[in-house]
Amino acid sequence: MKIINSAEIIKVVADLCLKANCNLRLDILRKLKAAYKTEKNPKAKNALAAIIENARIAAKEKLAICQDTGLPIVFIELGQDIRITGDLKQAVLQGIEQGYKKGNFRESIISDPVARGKSNYRGAVIHTDIVKGDKLKITVLPKGFGCENKSQFKMLNPTAGEGQVKEFIIQAVKSAGPDACPPYVVGVGIGGSSDYAGFLAKAALLKNVNAKRSKLERDLEKEISKLNIGPMGLGGKITCLAVRVESFPTHIAGLPVAVNISCHALRSASAIL
Amino acid sequence: MKRIRTPLTEKDILSLKAGDEVLLSGEIYTSRDQAHKRMLKKIPLNIKQAVIYYCGPTKTPPGKIIGSCGPTTSSRMDAFTPLLLKRGLKAMIGKGRRSEEVKQAIKKYKAVYFLAYAGCGALISKYVQKARPVAYADLGPEAIYRLEVKDFPLIVGIDAKGRSIYG
Repeated sequence: MKIINSAEIIKVVADLCLKANCNLRLDILRKLKAAYKTEKNPKAKNALAAIIENARIAAKEKLAICQDTGLPIVFIELGQDIRITGDLKQAVLQGIEQGYKKGNFRESIISDPVARGKSNYRGAVIHTDIVKGDKLKITVLPKGFGCENKSQFKMLNPTAGEGQVKEFIIQAVKSAGPDACPPYVVGVGIGGSSDYAGFLAKAALLKNVNAKRSKLERDLEKEISKLNIGPMGLGGKITCLAVRVESFPTHIAGLPVAVNISCHALRSASAIL
Repeated sequence: MKRIRTPLTEKDILSLKAGDEVLLSGEIYTSRDQAHKRMLKKIPLNIKQAVIYYCGPTKTPPGKIIGSCGPTTSSRMDAFTPLLLKRGLKAMIGKGRRSEEVKQAIKKYKAVYFLAYAGCGALISKYVQKARPVAYADLGPEAIYRLEVKDFPLIVGIDAKGRSIYG
């Protein structure tokens, strides 16, 4: 049995927080550069140039890509043949606190969501999946809340069909409009239960935006580009960089659909131990 | 591109049209959700002719003037904005749409709403020459900071006639 010390996990998570917040994902950067080439609207083109320049400065000077260094969403794939010494969850939380402190990132976490109070670095949403093997994969996705606020969820009727699924997703992007830092990456979760569809929509944001996409994803990208929102809402064709969908079996009585919108600064980093 | 400087005069403001690109220099104040909520009771700065930037920066890394400091979603401040405009606020900087009430108040009080490049906080930090907290330090990133900016690139989102870039 493989043994992993929780002290090692703290270090890895801290590094992932720094990497994710200061280095824009390469698949996103590639997509933005391609968008810059094709965009015709001069104002939108300027906005894309600013976004690309921002990523360069952030990486070079180890500055946060965005001041909203997000609520850290952590995805853990834990191999069942691993034994962890110490407390895994505490190690992840400590790693986040250390990484965010080291990066001089923003204290954006509020312990009491209603009473609010002083913000801090203590808190993360942790999704753990137990998988075969002896590897531990950790992914940190710092999710900014300007775009998280535009998430939508609906239990459609089981007879709704693809048309209504698409309609719901497109209206979610339309309602986000220029507010949540377009061009967007649209994460969609279809199926499962209400809670699980939300998880799938978030997990869909981890998929490579340049990888081969399904017909549904391509159709949605085409429809969304017709919304003419464009970078920063200034118009143009580049309203979304990609649509990524995760599907899952569901019940005969329902069709859950969740939409998780990401701003252009889609940040995540992974490590395998 | 047009250069403007704070304090903005009525003439400056009336010359701006939705969609214009400008470079702003001078003094601006950061303020976002919680600071706006508190300002309903008492405004801790001279709001006459002031410019408010909807921004909660990261901490300042050693050797830097400020950390990443891009705009946050303006619409969350809509409920508080007409009162501030009534008290003399002249310009706001943020991202995204504003409510109809805010649009009407901008028109009534001859003010202006600018858009900053959203999600570009590292880039925007380069236009900040000075930064210091001036109120609500207990709010951490939501404290009010006084910033001195130079050639901060902005786009006019809503002009003094109430015309919006988003239609």
